Amino acid sequence: MYTASDLRKGLRIKIENDPYIVTEFNFVKPGKGQALYRCKLKNMINGNQFERTFRSVDVFETADLQEKKMQYLYKEEGKYCFMDNQSYEQVFLTEEQVGEAKHFLLDNIEVEILLFEERPLGISLPNFIDVVVTKADPWAKGDSVSGNTKPVTVQTGYQLQVPPFIEEGEKIRIDTRSGEYLTRVKG
Amino acid sequence: MDEGWTLAAKADALKLRARMVQAIRRFFVERDFLEVETPCRIPAPAPECHIEPVASGEWFLHPSPELCMKRLLAAGYPKIFQLCRCFRGGERGERHLPEFTLLEWYRSHADYRALMDDCEGLIGQMAGELGFGSSLGPPGRRIRLGPPWERLTVREAFARYAPVPLSEALAADRFDEILALSIEPRLGNETPVFLYDYPAELGSLARVKAGDPSVAERFELYIAGLEVANAFSELTDPREQRRRFEEAIRRRRRQGRPVSPMPESFLEALAGMPPSAGIALGIDRLAMTVSGRERIEDVVAFTPESL
Repeated sequence: MYTASDLRKGLRIKIENDPYIVTEFNFVKPGKGQALYRCKLKNMINGNQFERTFRSVDVFETADLQEKKMQYLYKEEGKYCFMDNQSYEQVFLTEEQVGEAKHFLLDNIEVEILLFEERPLGISLPNFIDVVVTKADPWAKGDSVSGNTKPVTVQTGYQLQVPPFIEEGEKIRIDTRSGEYLTRVKG
Repeated sequence: MDEGWTLAAKADALKLRARMVQAIRRFFVERDFLEVETPCRIPAPAPECHIEPVASGEWFLHPSPELCMKRLLAAGYPKIFQLCRCFRGGERGERHLPEFTLLEWYRSHADYRALMDDCEGLIGQMAGELGFGSSLGPPGRRIRLGPPWERLTVREAFARYAPVPLSEALAADRFDEILALSIEPRLGNETPVFLYDYPAELGSLARVKAGDPSVAERFELYIAGLEVANAFSELTDPREQRRRFEEAIRRRRRQGRPVSPMPESFLEALAGMPPSAGIALGIDRLAMTVSGRERIEDVVAFTPESL
């Protein structure tokens, strides 16, 4: 249970059975008057945002959020399927819930699924993944000016800029937070 | 973030603040006010519904120096001022620090109108000494400081700016919310504004108006939407003051909040206090308006989070 004085940016609370995250917060108080807690809240299920002002007497339930390790299985009709390898339980996320992570979903990759009362809300990836380059223009010898890049496509279909010496069939490491090339992986 | 850099970036605001405080002292000394110091650790602060005293052992850090200063008035000191740190639990926001600096001054044989004149004189003279001339604020949003400043009753302010009239706001317990969110941002953008004559039930330590017992002689000063000061024609009736304190204690008990002891020595002294007027002005907030900073942390060297 939280009271209004616990409110701060990033806090996750439950309102009318939905989980919300506080995205903006300010404390307002007329000198002799009541403390007011102005919040911008985002519904973690549907993304709806609204502003609300709370008072010190207001109390909130904590949002029961969990992260569970799951394995990516497949995509079908716009849904992404993940499985808990211990219980074999499967969950489905929409394209919107998966967000940018869809570019890095390798077959059988292990990810963290954010759950609210057993309902999946979102996904977090490992920070780095290694992928095979499936499409790249050949390296034009002599083009060794540092800073030059060229576009390639990797096995998940994701396109990014890499140094010109990267060739088809090679493995590269990507930072999933920025989506950028990090290094060439040998072997 | 690098601490040296953070503190160095505040140098302009901190220097301006220091000059501001020096100008304030000069103003009061020139007018024969006595600068006093009273203990910041006290056994019994004034019971208030919405101010949380910070405990210090068995006693409390004062949320305001008002009680001791009024005992000095009662003892025959006619014009006094104090600059001191005050403490209020749980107050932290863009305009609040749990430890902050108050300027309080008191005049015996005067009422709140004399304090309005003091405010016009003090802030006008200070701005002049700091080189701002007769206005404050960025170009295009200058706030004129030449007297007289706008004077607006609470009732008028609700009629002009609030979605519901004052009576309805009070009945629905929405007074503070409407004042803070709908009215305050509109106040003090051309000249500073005195918002005055509060509903009697929000009188706190102010006396009710002669001829209109529905309001108390209390005002707040607003500059650029920021509440800078709160003032009273002081209540000098110890029985009425005790009744208000008891009511505040009852309401706190009902809400399950901690209560502090009745300030008996203050109530005893109040019987001998001459008719007086007193005001508390937030130095950090005045420094914000003078330096044009939006956040209170920009006008103090350290915040609780940086310690």
